[in-house]
Amino acid sequence: MQFLQPATWAEALEAKAAHRDAVPIAGGTDVMVGINFGRLRPALLLDLTRVADLRQWDTDDGAVRLGAGVPYARVITELGDRLPGLAMAARTIGSPQIRNRGTVGGNLATASPAGDAHPALLAAGAEVEVASVRGTRTIPVTEFYRGVKRSALADDELIAAVRITPPSGPQQYSKIGTRNAMVIAVAAFGLALHPARRAVGTGIGSAAPTPRRAPAAEEFLAGELDGLWDSRAELPAATAARFGELVAAAAAPIDDVRGTARYRVHALSVMARRALTWAWLDYRKGDPTCA
Amino acid sequence: MRLTCTVNGTTRQVDDVWEGESLLYVLRERMGLPGSKNACEQGECGSCTVYLDDVPVCACLVAAGQAEGREIGTVEGLAPPGELHPVQEAFLEAGAVQCGFCTPGLLVATDDLVSRSLAEGRTPTDPEIREALAGNLCRCTGYEKILDAVRLAADRMAGDARQPGGTR
Repeated sequence: MQFLQPATWAEALEAKAAHRDAVPIAGGTDVMVGINFGRLRPALLLDLTRVADLRQWDTDDGAVRLGAGVPYARVITELGDRLPGLAMAARTIGSPQIRNRGTVGGNLATASPAGDAHPALLAAGAEVEVASVRGTRTIPVTEFYRGVKRSALADDELIAAVRITPPSGPQQYSKIGTRNAMVIAVAAFGLALHPARRAVGTGIGSAAPTPRRAPAAEEFLAGELDGLWDSRAELPAATAARFGELVAAAAAPIDDVRGTARYRVHALSVMARRALTWAWLDYRKGDPTCA
Repeated sequence: MRLTCTVNGTTRQVDDVWEGESLLYVLRERMGLPGSKNACEQGECGSCTVYLDDVPVCACLVAAGQAEGREIGTVEGLAPPGELHPVQEAFLEAGAVQCGFCTPGLLVATDDLVSRSLAEGRTPTDPEIREALAGNLCRCTGYEKILDAVRLAADRMAGDARQPGGTR
């Protein structure tokens, strides 16, 4: 095994172009587990922790450009106000030790259907900025997930950043597991209300081969909210319940060691209904970021 | 490959490190520092918790090469040789140690929590203690004595910090 430690982004991209089978490593919370258990024996480990650009975030044309190597702990402490949905997802991840190391870029690269960041990224309409020596391209996160642990990343590309527009309305995130910490989601749900464009964003985790949106639920709710955005009137309970049903209907889960498909579908309907109820209460209070 | 890093304030250099090796393996098997424990090897249990540049991490999930040039702090470095850190004393007094396997990781995680709280001029709340230790599994104590120990350590260290010459 070789170990390369590029100091700059340009060096990292050159290394990936020259060694397409290289496995990038940042926080190591996925890669090292694979190596420790003998499941992963890459010819080359490409350590990205020395590339300073990856560990920064900034704002660009109103959007947050979150470097792929920013650990979850910093998403929580530094971006909780700008990216509330992603910060809520980050708080559910692993433990303090894991959040100190794990990154959104790593979550995307692994592309597990159970990755905790994905539902929040889907709901917020995030874009993934990927790069290679050939250039940079931006992939809507909805098109990034291509199968179980497969993504749209080419074999010479690395993930540079995630672009997320801060919300014009409340966001919520809900995850169910056997306990509160150190748990892989049995199912997860992310919700974003976008009053500025009269739209709704959703994200489902751990309940299909890839993280996915619930388009029918989004359309239904956007229609129902059409007369409510301005009045901020109470949301009918039947609307929240129907939204939950439509979110659950968008899932395609399997039975596995963590839970049954039937349980996941039920859990999603409950989580979606509750997330909407909480988000709408926040919206009625007029605070766009109190999620 | 060769690895050079600072461990508990001392520069250490080791050779013939396998590129896929974890920092935990380097500490235990190459540097003779067996305080950090090897249990789950997947970041679930926290028994290998060490400081990496002052941030608590699972040493089993740090690739050895990622520690190049970095500062590592292990349980062995909490107090000078032959002495006990206030967190260690509190764990002993509170009965927070049974088999002892989780203890080194809990000591580092507790030291981090209490230090951060005291830097803000306060002691940690119970929910903060539970959250800070959520990544450290103990299968003996049922955690109650551990919570007692953390509260005891925080109170004592807060008292020390208020003394003349204290750290505040």
